[in-house]
Amino acid sequence: MTQLQVLLFASYADAFGSGAVTITVPEPATVDDVLIALRELPGGRVLPASPLVAVDRRYTPGDAPVRPGQEIAVIPPVAGG
Amino acid sequence: MRCAIVTVPISPAALVAEVTSDATGATTLFLGTVRDVNEGRAVTGIEYSAYTSMAIEELERIAAEASTRFEGIRLVVEHRVGMLQLQEISVAIAVAHARRAPALDASRYVIEALKQRVPIWKQEHYLDGDRQWVDPTAQRATPVAS
Repeated sequence: MTQLQVLLFASYADAFGSGAVTITVPEPATVDDVLIALRELPGGRVLPASPLVAVDRRYTPGDAPVRPGQEIAVIPPVAGG
Repeated sequence: MRCAIVTVPISPAALVAEVTSDATGATTLFLGTVRDVNEGRAVTGIEYSAYTSMAIEELERIAAEASTRFEGIRLVVEHRVGMLQLQEISVAIAVAHARRAPALDASRYVIEALKQRVPIWKQEHYLDGDRQWVDPTAQRATPVAS
């Protein structure tokens, strides 16, 4: 098991009560493992079935690997413009 | 080509000047502004926030795509974050080209991609004191026939 920090924004930051949380995931871990761990936390029910996740500031699919040191962020529905 | 997330008011004239050159014959300027009603609720202002580092990178990817599709464009995009009042400019896209068609098409391409992909959020503040995150993917209430 290893620990990862995950960035949260906007409505997700409100729901989790923080702009960043630390989670514990198996090694090696994938984006989907990050989401499973986040759903266990208070506020985790806010996450939709397939939220957008960015790794190192790029949208990344659920089966992609993640490792400590990468910048992981869960992205609420975007609403720029 | 320049993409920025800014915290101060956007100056459209400065953006136009930045993309216009002796070789450009057409310049488009798209402005997104805060309007007073959304989904039937009276809006008093919008608070924009962003995942700034990724937002800039995603804007740069979109700008690069536009430059590939519409060769020869000169492009500047600025999106503002923070609390904006009615009529204030939230986003500005200036595009210049020798000809009008690529300038017009690139402007449309950039704003549509921005709204779909760039990690920026808005929380609407309503006249009744309530506030709500805008979720363009949420199920809309069935409009009442009028």
